[in-house]
Amino acid sequence: MTEHDITLTVNGTEHDLTVDSRTLLIHALRDELGYTGANVGCETSLCGACTVHMDGDAVKSCTVLAVQADGAELDTVEGLAEDGEFHPIQTGFQEEHGLQCGYCTPGMMMAATDLLAETPDPSREEIREGLEGNLCRCTGYQNIVNAVENAAEAMGGGAVADGGEVRWPDEDGSGTGGGDPA
Amino acid sequence: MSVDSLDPDEVDAADILGSAIERREDPELITGDAEYTDDIQLRDMAHMAILRSQHGHARIEGVDTDGAESMEGVIGVYTYDDLHREDTPGGGSFLLPVGWLLDSLRQVDHPILADDRVRYQGDAIAVVVAEDRYTARDAVGAIDVDYDRLDAVADPESALSDDAPGLHDDAEGNVAFDWEIGDEAKTDDAFAEAAHTASIELENQLLIPNAMEPRAAVADYHPGTDELDVFMTSQNPHVHRLLMSGVIGHPEHKLRVKAPEVGGGFGSKIHHYADEALVAWVAKDLERPVKWTATRTETYKTDAQGRGHLTEAELAMDEDGRITGLRVDTRANLGAYLSTFAPSIPTYLYGTLLSGQYDIPAIHCSVTGAFTNVPPVDAYRGAGRPEASFVVERLAQLGAREMGMDPAEFRRLNFVPEDAFPYETQVAVEYDSGDYEKTLDRALELVDYESFRERQAAAREEGRYLGIGLSCYIEACGLAPSELVGELGAQAGLWESGLVRMHPSGTVTAYCGTSGHGQGHSTTYAQIVANELGVPYEDVEVVEGDTDEIPQGMGTYGSRSAAVGGSALVKSSQKLVEKAREIAAHQLEADPADVEFEGGEFSVAGAPERSIGIAAIAEQSYLAHDIPEGMEPGLEATSFYDPENFVFPFGTHVAVVEVDPGSGEVAFERYVAVDDVGNQINPKIVEGQIHGGIAQGIGQALYEGAEYDENAQLLTGSMQDYTVPKAEHVPEMETDSTVTESPHNPLGVKGVGEAGTIAAPQAVVNAVADALEPFGVESLEMPLTAERVWSAVDGRAAADGGTVDANGDGTDGGDV
Repeated sequence: MTEHDITLTVNGTEHDLTVDSRTLLIHALRDELGYTGANVGCETSLCGACTVHMDGDAVKSCTVLAVQADGAELDTVEGLAEDGEFHPIQTGFQEEHGLQCGYCTPGMMMAATDLLAETPDPSREEIREGLEGNLCRCTGYQNIVNAVENAAEAMGGGAVADGGEVRWPDEDGSGTGGGDPA
Repeated sequence: MSVDSLDPDEVDAADILGSAIERREDPELITGDAEYTDDIQLRDMAHMAILRSQHGHARIEGVDTDGAESMEGVIGVYTYDDLHREDTPGGGSFLLPVGWLLDSLRQVDHPILADDRVRYQGDAIAVVVAEDRYTARDAVGAIDVDYDRLDAVADPESALSDDAPGLHDDAEGNVAFDWEIGDEAKTDDAFAEAAHTASIELENQLLIPNAMEPRAAVADYHPGTDELDVFMTSQNPHVHRLLMSGVIGHPEHKLRVKAPEVGGGFGSKIHHYADEALVAWVAKDLERPVKWTATRTETYKTDAQGRGHLTEAELAMDEDGRITGLRVDTRANLGAYLSTFAPSIPTYLYGTLLSGQYDIPAIHCSVTGAFTNVPPVDAYRGAGRPEASFVVERLAQLGAREMGMDPAEFRRLNFVPEDAFPYETQVAVEYDSGDYEKTLDRALELVDYESFRERQAAAREEGRYLGIGLSCYIEACGLAPSELVGELGAQAGLWESGLVRMHPSGTVTAYCGTSGHGQGHSTTYAQIVANELGVPYEDVEVVEGDTDEIPQGMGTYGSRSAAVGGSALVKSSQKLVEKAREIAAHQLEADPADVEFEGGEFSVAGAPERSIGIAAIAEQSYLAHDIPEGMEPGLEATSFYDPENFVFPFGTHVAVVEVDPGSGEVAFERYVAVDDVGNQINPKIVEGQIHGGIAQGIGQALYEGAEYDENAQLLTGSMQDYTVPKAEHVPEMETDSTVTESPHNPLGVKGVGEAGTIAAPQAVVNAVADALEPFGVESLEMPLTAERVWSAVDGRAAADGGTVDANGDGTDGGDV
């Protein structure tokens, strides 16, 4: 098996590591680097539990090879909170009871922040459609939709329309989740 | 009616029980800090992968492991022979036990590694242990198995037919058991005298649980002490410890089973499977930590599936529409072997619920359990009770139609009246309490039932097909009185144990033998204990899921945790308070009988200035410098709470749908749920449980179903092929509740974990059937996919350019 030296910047921290050609990004993150927040639910990109951001876009890290992510800025659930303060999507999930077992939640929140970056003030239908790549077996989704609405509002839902900043993804490319919650 | 969450800091201590506070579990779950089994990394840990059968049914002529053994990075390969060598250590049975027996049950061997025969695709043939998970899987692929394929059967009808291939020598005709309940003669009489009857043949399809976290285990053996730690995805660590102890031959007291964070279960993590036992045994054999995590494909092929009934049922009515009898005959799919609690599911958790919410004077139910070449079938959310409620509520729909009555009024006419509780059914259970009209009335009000029929008629004029479906469900949960279940065949008691320990500083740790996996027990149990002891909510820590920490336990399933586990914590708290009262009386120089306790303070009756807080008592109890003579120091209490009865939640769910006969698509207009789960410890968590349950019920109604071909090969073997509902598949749910306390437990709770899943399928199917009534559709089988619905209306709408034969004569109606 051919090995490759790669660099992954995770939540702003640069990591050099050696991976096999076939090593999946989710396994590099979890097993090699200890970022166990993103979970493996299906290994076929159908459930979304492994969703992380790669260069600002949500990806299913179970179907990205680690070598494909060489040089990329990766953001995971571990980087959402900043200075001890929850990101609005985390607050939304807590306040709206948007999680039960929590297994899908890291991926769900990363998909949701990606959705909110594209659509800062989504309708409930847009949230449901926007999260179609992420499965949850516990909540029936209603409180997840509430959580995303809650976050959109906290982030100034319509921040872009207002000329304000969207918190995610980082426009400065630092991958650290820069920008204050609106 | 959505419940708003509260910040626990803003709730008065006196109001903590019953408040919709945010969950304390969430911070570590939303930051990625939570540790699930696969997150565990141990030094020198090896990885295990399992070779499973390629076929639904085959003889194994040979297993060649040379290719795997010679691979770099492979540590060991094990087959049946390795477990049964003369020098194999352990003395385990290497057979999976069944924990519920029936008189007629044919017990069959269930080896953890197959010998010369595989009976379903998930049957394990060999395991490989390697340095990393990729190599382990590669090595599995390098094992060569010589199969001799056998004919297979995937459904009970085929399995019970005369020419079916036999699965087990000890089960002639593939019959696992024959079971019946009720009074057959009385029921026959009811039908002989019936003015009207309604009947149905239905399939309650096999479902795959699909907890988002696949099953996993990490085992770590310590040779110096002979201690074996198994971290695994478990709903009941103590049960797993007991069973695994016998399977692998490791003493129970040297075996620790711990459930780390568990990502959902829905029943699938109750049972004892081969895989976790193999991880444990292999780790012991190698004296190295070993991890195994199921792939999603493995969960599809091995997690115990649910439902799988073929049923014929018939309702007898008098001339006024009163139900006079119910007759049910079911063939239940048990899969290839008997899973842990499998025999109880299609029998005592099914037949006993067939009276529904109705006063039915004669009931008879017969069930034949069949072995088939699908994974073992066992408890999946609801477990027997959804199957029962589906039969009863589909028949209620058909009975109303037969009588020409409004379906709501037909139900109302037949309800067990509010003043008839406790109500003894004809199928051996006694309903604790209920007020069925209350939930029905509230649901009808919410859905504006009065105006619906007008809207429906107007829509039909426009060629649109609206339908409304009711489900007035009942369930039995809070499993269960030990003596009773013992009489019924359980090989376990179904009490729960709880330890409440007050520390010298006045803070509290509560240990409970249940094992949550998403239900929020840490929050709700802390609410219960804080309320009982009058201490701040944040001063109570809850511990579950570890056999090394919790004295004993039976686990979380059957919507039992609040009713049984919560009650154990109440009982322990009360014992603790009684001891504290004696210390307080001693300190206050009063008679214990004169010392009152409220809000965490002990005071002398009539002299409230003479008081002392429970935290100060805790300190005194450990100082033990001045406690009553003869009293042991310390302040803690353990209880084993054994419930007096099941508890019986109930409610009414209403689905309003629009069916497009041209495409067969079903769209929700409304989904209203009014549930009565007794007192609610945390209404936000209750609402969440209802939501999630409904989503799974809607999944069964419209999307989900395990399908097998004639060789018992799973056709729906991935999330691509088996539709776990997505956000866009689930409607907005309107929920409300009534409260009818259970008189049987100190909290007055009834249980909520399964209610939505039990209620929803028939609400949806009845709604679709109602929408399609103009087409004369007689039969609708779940899942009601667009294709099936379209076929049921015979595709006429599309074929003739959009007009439909809605004359209601049914002459063109198609069956599915």
